[in-house]
Amino acid sequence: MAELPKVNPEGLAKTYSGFGIPLILPAWIIIGFFLVIPVAMMLVYSFLTKEFRGGVIWEFSLSAYDQFFLYRGLFGDSPPVIEWTYISIFWRSIWQAGLATFCCLIIGFPTAWFIATRTGRNKTIWLFLITIPYWVNLLIRTISMKFLIRDNGPLNEFFLSIGLISEPFHIINTNFAVQLGLFYSYLPFMVLPIYAAVERYNFALSEAAADLYASRTVTLFKVILPTVKPGIVAGCILVFVPSLGAFLAPDLLGGAKNFMIGSLIEEQFKGAAGNWPFGAAASMILLSLVLIVLTFYARNQTRGQI
Amino acid sequence: MSTDKKISIDIQNVTKRFGAFTALNGVSLDIRDNEFFTLLGPSGCGKTTLLRLIAGFEEVTDGAIHLYGQNIADLLPNERPINTVFQQYALFPHMNVTDNVMFGLLRLGQDTSKAKARVLEVLELVRLSDFADRMPGQLSGGQQQRVALARALAPSPKVLLLDEPLSALDLKLRQAVRLELQQIQVQTGITFIFVTHDQEEALTMSDRIAVLEGGRVQQVGSAREIYEAPENKFVADFIGETNLIDVTVSNVEKGKGSCVLPGGAQIICSAAEGALVGSGHLSLRPERIKITASGKGMLEGKAVRHIYLGTDLHIEVSLTSGSHVTVRMQNSTQIKIPNVGQSVGLDFEASSARLLVD
Repeated sequence: MAELPKVNPEGLAKTYSGFGIPLILPAWIIIGFFLVIPVAMMLVYSFLTKEFRGGVIWEFSLSAYDQFFLYRGLFGDSPPVIEWTYISIFWRSIWQAGLATFCCLIIGFPTAWFIATRTGRNKTIWLFLITIPYWVNLLIRTISMKFLIRDNGPLNEFFLSIGLISEPFHIINTNFAVQLGLFYSYLPFMVLPIYAAVERYNFALSEAAADLYASRTVTLFKVILPTVKPGIVAGCILVFVPSLGAFLAPDLLGGAKNFMIGSLIEEQFKGAAGNWPFGAAASMILLSLVLIVLTFYARNQTRGQI
Repeated sequence: MSTDKKISIDIQNVTKRFGAFTALNGVSLDIRDNEFFTLLGPSGCGKTTLLRLIAGFEEVTDGAIHLYGQNIADLLPNERPINTVFQQYALFPHMNVTDNVMFGLLRLGQDTSKAKARVLEVLELVRLSDFADRMPGQLSGGQQQRVALARALAPSPKVLLLDEPLSALDLKLRQAVRLELQQIQVQTGITFIFVTHDQEEALTMSDRIAVLEGGRVQQVGSAREIYEAPENKFVADFIGETNLIDVTVSNVEKGKGSCVLPGGAQIICSAAEGALVGSGHLSLRPERIKITASGKGMLEGKAVRHIYLGTDLHIEVSLTSGSHVTVRMQNSTQIKIPNVGQSVGLDFEASSARLLVD
């Protein structure tokens, strides 16, 4: 007969950890099928030759990466120079995503602080209000935004009517419009983790800092921010990573001039003009960027766990 | 202790209201330089509020607080030369012990090498030198408590506030830390203001105690004064155990009151200031009562219950007037213990009784 597991004070969790594998199995299967396999396929595709009507020819080639980084002239026979087109799209994407993250942080931190310091029911109501936009599909919200900010849209009409401006304010199809779209789409991803961190913040720490001669500014930078840092870092990653690969906001609000990585990749898999290996290679490069960010995050988290 | 000592903190008629709730109502206290002063009272009595007013975390609604003659009403907490040991310690979780203790010193503009030397000195004082590099999360409750103490002592404040600092420790540790705190107070010469709801803590550590209840000061005095000469029913009952005996007061004069006990015996005993003629209460500590043969005491009754306490024994006596009196006896083989149901007399010296203000 099998021996009953002994319950010991420090190992109650251990006693039941045998149930762990069945619990996690469905998630493993889903991640295996819908994440690992597609990513592996992309990796393989990025090293294949392109088929002209979309798809791939099973023949090893580095041409996708070559095309991304190097320019060999119109006929492909000049000495290679660095191809800036795609690198600059990536650079713009990083810059846009970084700026969106920064704006979300500047607006999101006070918002999160405000919500976390409300009492009782008010807190729930404010949190609920933050999540309301998620009841509407992102595509629809982005299209409505396009409608709002276009040259003869309600926003411009309002400013014209109160005489604040004499000509329509040109927002649509600018970097600013993309920025607005990214900021609006991902702001709650910044607010919620910071809220969770501030909620756990022990306000006696602020009093202790004041008691030990710290001004409010010093208290903010030396005590509050370091304590809620895990929430801030999580929020920044949750905004930065999807912003980096976003294609709805740049497509709908930015127009052709303000291309971002997401749109570039999307183009490669659409219709006959596409280039699957190139799209796959661009995806792999994007993925490496994201992995760098996540490594930084993982390090940060483990360091905070002392 | 001489009364002409310098005043450290002078609290003048301070009132604090939170909306409609009055937490402190016209509190006046003189806390002397270099004194171990305790604010004692049940939860909700206003003692923590008073501490927070002194620290500057709350604003005074009415009245004034002076620190060595200077009104500190307009000073922010970070501008007051007062440090606090918080109830849950409030150590900065992202800093190690050294950085926690050094925090206040650096804010005061001390250079790092000087501050480090001071940190070592203070950690030595609280016997935590070996833990300088630990994070707060790696320390036991008692060690965290000592870091909190070191952190508050490091900037050499004029006054140290301690908000129930021992309440999170277990009993044995609490008793050890009590002695240590007292020693540190003597060594550093800093005025300590100690908040507690534990009367034993207050009695054993303090130079003087202020008993608070309902936002008012009930009595201020040394441990002995408060225990032996309580002013009113609340103080007599809150500090230690006591028997409150209904008496009829016939005369009060020059701190003495003559009253008639239930059963008719008459005594003259010390009376609290403000005790009135008419019906009143006498406080009689259980350990000051002797059980004698029936008919030979000041009071008459019947033993109804024994309560065994180890070193001591409580005998509950039902008086002929109907009320109950508890008598404390040493659990000794030489003392005869009355049986339950036996009629007994209760005797005490008049000097052990105290006529109270109701």
